[in-house]
Amino acid sequence: MTAHIQIRGLSKNFAGQVLYSNFDLDFAHGKITSIFGPNGCGKSTLINMISGLMPMDAGEVLFDGKTLSQTVIGYVFQNYRDALFPWKKAIDNIKYPLQIAKKSPGEIEARTQELIESFDVKFDLNRYPYELSGGQQQLISIMRALAPNPEVLFLDEPFSALDYEMTLFMRDKLQAIFEATKTTMILVSHDLDEAVYLSDHILMLTRRPTQIAREIEFNAPRPRQTSTLTSELFNEVKGQCLEIFQKEIKVID
Amino acid sequence: MLHKKIPEPLVPLIGAVVFLIIWWLCTAFKLVDPFLLPSPLAAGKAMWTGIFNGTLSLDMLITIRRTVYAFLIAVVICVPLGLVLGSSQRIYRSCEFVIDFFRSTPASALFPLFLVILGVGENTKIAVAAFGAGLLILFNTAYGVMNARKVRQAAARVMGASNLKILYGVTLLESLPQTFVGMRSGISFSLVIVIVAEMFIGSTDGLGQRVINAQMIFNMPEMYATIFSAGALGYGLNLLFIVAERHFVHWGGK
Repeated sequence: MTAHIQIRGLSKNFAGQVLYSNFDLDFAHGKITSIFGPNGCGKSTLINMISGLMPMDAGEVLFDGKTLSQTVIGYVFQNYRDALFPWKKAIDNIKYPLQIAKKSPGEIEARTQELIESFDVKFDLNRYPYELSGGQQQLISIMRALAPNPEVLFLDEPFSALDYEMTLFMRDKLQAIFEATKTTMILVSHDLDEAVYLSDHILMLTRRPTQIAREIEFNAPRPRQTSTLTSELFNEVKGQCLEIFQKEIKVID
Repeated sequence: MLHKKIPEPLVPLIGAVVFLIIWWLCTAFKLVDPFLLPSPLAAGKAMWTGIFNGTLSLDMLITIRRTVYAFLIAVVICVPLGLVLGSSQRIYRSCEFVIDFFRSTPASALFPLFLVILGVGENTKIAVAAFGAGLLILFNTAYGVMNARKVRQAAARVMGASNLKILYGVTLLESLPQTFVGMRSGISFSLVIVIVAEMFIGSTDGLGQRVINAQMIFNMPEMYATIFSAGALGYGLNLLFIVAERHFVHWGGK
């Protein structure tokens, strides 16, 4: 199966030091891929470059053969407070990407209703983001990112600022959306449990200059429950990741 | 305890009432020369007479008019300028020294310069006030733009917004709370300069002129009445801006 996202010859220098050099990588269609690695290996930088938020020094990224400007993507930021527009109500935040794409009011309304139903939103969306809790704000962020039906959804530590209860809830919600839409998702996470639990592939990165240490598959059946977290397969895969991670962090920069 | 029996909305009035009581006691017991400090009643009477039988309200309106003109000129010139300066680090850094220097120069020191250029008329008073207020607004607007959350601009970009859309749809709104802070300082500053200008740059009306005239003929109740009127004006303008901020930039600081 051809890759959804193909990265070829990616290079990036930071403050005179090489971060990525001639880096190649494929992301599979309709799968959740987690990116995990030691500090400073450039996990967030990688998805920022793919999503166009940060320029590459060299290289090419194609989405099914298309460039970024020809592709609809979504991005969920770690800092939901700074990512949402506080001058717009929550509902208007969600509608924003649809308005940018010049969709008709009818289409926008229909899509918004669809999202509200699939996310089973029970709180008042006519409030401003700052009037809502952290979890609610991040939920709005995810809905906003998914509103234009993106081909790829990037998530940069989306749940790290939430409490545990909210995190478990959000993981389930994300899984449900994935089941329903099969959107290709790329997740950066500092939490190994989360990285393994949510994904089909775990990309383990090395220290700088960053390479792929290993790509590990986790094919536990979906939908995954909390029981998955204590299953044999989970522990085996997590153990493999941990081993690779520990080997990589021993490498002196 | 007495203060626990007072309903919540009336608590802020306690300080004002205490202030008036202390003032009255000072005059009743002649703790201060009664010539220098008339009783609150006498000052209140002068204020009443001035508003309803005299020219105090006229002077107030004239001062307000000059203040507002100066403020509007400052806003129209310096908000767009601030947006441009703030949107480019290089441009701002090249102008930073000049802006900071003139911002630090007391506007009062610039009076003679404005007198020479514009003469002793109405325009001079408005011009100096506009200049001083303008620099405050310029600096705050630029600051607001420079501190616009990069994540928010990134979010808009990833959703397909063009650079222009990001500028006026995100950056501008991001910088608005700080711009309002600048405007609030600007109008207060404008009022100060207008009153000083009315005192010293040959004026025939306005609160500044009224208070200096009262001083020259030692009409103390009139002087206190005018001072309190000016205070009420400043307070009122500030309150107006706070209300406007809450309405137009409800997200500020959140």
